[in-house]
Amino acid sequence: MSNEGVIYRISGPVVTATGMSAGMYDVVRVGTEGLMGEVIELHGDKAVIQVYEDTSGMRPGEPVINTGETLSVSLGPGLLTQIYDGIQRPLPTLEEVMGVFITRGVDADAFDLEKKWTFEAVAEKGSAVEGGQVIGHVQETETIVHKIMVPPTMNGVIKSIKSGDFNVTETVCVLEDGGEIQMMQKWPVRTPRPYRQKYAPDTPLVTGMRILDFLFPLAKGGAAGIPGPFGSGKTVTQQSLAKYSDAQIVVYIGCGERGNEMTEVLDEFPHLIDPNTGKPLMNRTVMIANTSNMPVAAREASVYTGITIAEYFRDMGYDVALMADSTSRWAEAMREISSRLEEMPGEEGYPAYLSSRIAEFYERAGRVETNNGDDGSVTVIGAVSPPGGDISEPVSQGTLRIVKVFWGLDAGLARQRHFPAINWLNSYSLYPQSLNQWFRDNIAQDFPEIRTQISGLLQVESELQEIVQLVGSDALPVDQQLTLEVARMIREYFLQQNGFHEVDAFCDINLQYSMSKAILSFQEAAKNAMAAGAQLNDVVNIPARTALMRGRFEKGYVDTIESMVKDMVDEIAATVEEN
Amino acid sequence: MTGKEYRTITDVKGPLVFLNKTEPVAFGEIVSLRLADGSIKNGQVLDTSDDLVIVQVFEGTAKIDRTAGVTFMGDVFKLPVSTDLVGRILDGAGRPKDGGPDIVAEENADIIGAAINPFSRQSPHDFIQTGISAIDCCTTLVRGQKLPIFSASGLPHNDIALQIARQAKLPGSDEQFIVVFCAMGITAEEYNFFRADLERTGALENAVLFVNLADDPAVERIITPRLALTAAEYLAFEHDYHVLVIYTDMTNYCDALRQIGAAREEVPGRRGYPGYMYTDLAMLYERAGIVKGKKGSITQFPILTMPGDDITHPIPDLSGYITEGQIVISRELHQQGIYPPINVLPSLSRLMGSCIGAKTTREDHKSVSDQMYAAYAQGRELRGLVAIVGEDALNERDKQLLDFSGVFEDRFLRQSRDEDRSIEDTLNLCWELMASIDTKYLVRLDQDWIDKYHPENRS
Repeated sequence: MSNEGVIYRISGPVVTATGMSAGMYDVVRVGTEGLMGEVIELHGDKAVIQVYEDTSGMRPGEPVINTGETLSVSLGPGLLTQIYDGIQRPLPTLEEVMGVFITRGVDADAFDLEKKWTFEAVAEKGSAVEGGQVIGHVQETETIVHKIMVPPTMNGVIKSIKSGDFNVTETVCVLEDGGEIQMMQKWPVRTPRPYRQKYAPDTPLVTGMRILDFLFPLAKGGAAGIPGPFGSGKTVTQQSLAKYSDAQIVVYIGCGERGNEMTEVLDEFPHLIDPNTGKPLMNRTVMIANTSNMPVAAREASVYTGITIAEYFRDMGYDVALMADSTSRWAEAMREISSRLEEMPGEEGYPAYLSSRIAEFYERAGRVETNNGDDGSVTVIGAVSPPGGDISEPVSQGTLRIVKVFWGLDAGLARQRHFPAINWLNSYSLYPQSLNQWFRDNIAQDFPEIRTQISGLLQVESELQEIVQLVGSDALPVDQQLTLEVARMIREYFLQQNGFHEVDAFCDINLQYSMSKAILSFQEAAKNAMAAGAQLNDVVNIPARTALMRGRFEKGYVDTIESMVKDMVDEIAATVEEN
Repeated sequence: MTGKEYRTITDVKGPLVFLNKTEPVAFGEIVSLRLADGSIKNGQVLDTSDDLVIVQVFEGTAKIDRTAGVTFMGDVFKLPVSTDLVGRILDGAGRPKDGGPDIVAEENADIIGAAINPFSRQSPHDFIQTGISAIDCCTTLVRGQKLPIFSASGLPHNDIALQIARQAKLPGSDEQFIVVFCAMGITAEEYNFFRADLERTGALENAVLFVNLADDPAVERIITPRLALTAAEYLAFEHDYHVLVIYTDMTNYCDALRQIGAAREEVPGRRGYPGYMYTDLAMLYERAGIVKGKKGSITQFPILTMPGDDITHPIPDLSGYITEGQIVISRELHQQGIYPPINVLPSLSRLMGSCIGAKTTREDHKSVSDQMYAAYAQGRELRGLVAIVGEDALNERDKQLLDFSGVFEDRFLRQSRDEDRSIEDTLNLCWELMASIDTKYLVRLDQDWIDKYHPENRS
């Protein structure tokens, strides 16, 4: 058997080849145009291949060549600011080669192989190094130092290492055993990169979105699922996270989504400024765009391409956040290929291995001790698009079984223009226990208690609302009417956030705390005033409260909020005297 | 590789023909079948291997027997395109249906169409005025968008689509839209209605029609929209036209897809529709847009009827995940005699934010639209409460909102089939109607706009 065979059968993106020695997940070149594909099944001497490009016009008898490698990504300086398709071909390069429409049979390097980077050695001659150890630095973008690591499969004693200007394929370090290290390394996408050990997460990923940070926090190294029907704001939420979360590196995967939406991201991101560093957001971002009409097999690969890049930056000791929008499209790509393979289906036609693939993917998140001894993390946030918004379907269920944070988007809230449309009654986070200490130490001692009070009020409101639906709010006792009023304030002032407003889009975690305290101050002052005879209407309609609520759209609110709360409390107290 | 005729059919099943052959046949290759009576049918290769080929026959497999001659044409399906297409009526497989001559090709275009590189797209931002208040104010249409109409049987979606086709324009520009109309499995009566209307308004001269009727072969429907979009792409990206593609009815298209899936004994997904329906629909819808360096654009208006008025049915559901919003037609409003019966509450235009505001429509558009929507939504909700506790139990604010929901439907939504309201008129009408609500309840309006546009302040 040789590494060259011929096509036996073609059925859409699935091609069968015969006469070729092949192993599972080998990358092959299919047909006279040499389209890239991957072996996904073996039957005797037949190899079943999923092809990453359109197969129309291909004929049985055309050659298939096994490259003997598995599907890998190139890792090295030049990754940041790039925009890739699902198999790591840069979209701008594809445009240069093929024009505006994506045709096929074009190879493109993942990044510029000729560009010279200034390599600064940090390891010394004679020292023993292992896979994953940092041997040098490259200032890749203004904000990010790219750490050059020994490839995970190598180790030894450094024979020579030199600083200077090199391109990514030139050798910068030679080991005693003759092994040569370049700045670029490859890693197979379906294999997690190694690390020393996983730690329990203890630091929140601060996103600047009040409902997420305050009520349902996500830890660095954690995994979150965002299911929601169409039009409920999954993509806007994912994009806000990509813009404002305090990760050092962001990998954004647009998996099987809309072309125009992806374009908006591609247009907008280069102009955005990172609120944490004041530098362009693109400096810390890698994007992968595989829209819904691009080849389905490449869509299947795109999430693996993304997570491998994320792990690579994690190994440098960075906190990486990965957004996958949407994992349902990834699952559908698996379903499509599975049905072409005529596999026995599980639930709703999805392959029986769906839930284990989902679990494997999310399990690549985590906070770890890297092989260099640093602390790094990959946080995964996956959007899920359940058909009809019904989360009892297999992709949502497979996701919920593994993630610890569930941000449930709600069509009803979206319809009321309550954004972010995250339902506070059914969403959850299992991280508060492990994060409480961080909040106590860094924000305020009573942070967890305040959170409990706020979520308790929302819970009570939902019970009262059921009664209101039947009898109207006027029939409730005044103290319960006040509770409703306070809950309304939580919803409109605190939970609602305008993702497009220049100030409101990002809310500092300290300010979040001040705002939640402001709500409780209102409740307290109103309760006291009403006990002293004030009318609920007067208390609710004081101008200072409106001013306080509007204030969140103004710059410098973090400085003014305290005096505004004081004004409000004073005015509420004054309503007693009027009576 | 054309020429050799096989007489080796082994099986015929539904729309599929299975045959043995010796030459390598390309995936997607076009096939011609000659029947005993001399008639010709066309098909396409769905699956090819060393010895067996599966062919999907567009015209249906009636009368095909094992002696039928099968010829492989050596190429994938291509549509001859030229600017002569404008003003023509073609059948569902791209042959002239109006008695005119064959299209002389300037180019033969592959109908599958390549994906637009997301990096090469241009974000849509040109406001299209449809003259229909509900759409212009609340679910604004943008050039390059794909915005489906979610309707159901017995509702006037065709009238709305035609009114949009007639009235759509960029305010302050005389650029015309070319309409590419694609009928999939609609009745002859519906088709005649479309055609008559386009003729009456003279729009037919600026239109291309691809027509597959209810009694035409179902499988042909798989290629009809691809032909239409190929023509649209050619006109938009080679000849700088702004093209409006209307296709009706996507539900028939999806049913044809299911029919083929079943005949191939594929593992079905939800409700028997194939698992790849999302990708398949995306291959159509995603052919809307604007690309860098080209003047033309493609805007899509797919119409689909929701089986059983169910918006969670796989067809509207998968469509909604791909398209940039939806316009939902309501049976309840229709039964109240309101035209156009657009329910703005579940309707949405995702690209609206990029095309409204001082530069394109008016500075107050966003605020007005939010306020109209919120007030109507609350008013509608109160109707449910009133049914239980009676109107007397409402407070002043709720009473005003309840009344507003009535005038919203009666004056804002309702307009005649040839009434073309400018965006200026639409927004002024909004202010006039909102004036019935006390200003202090209009919390979503900026004070600046209230000062400037509220009827009380505009003597």
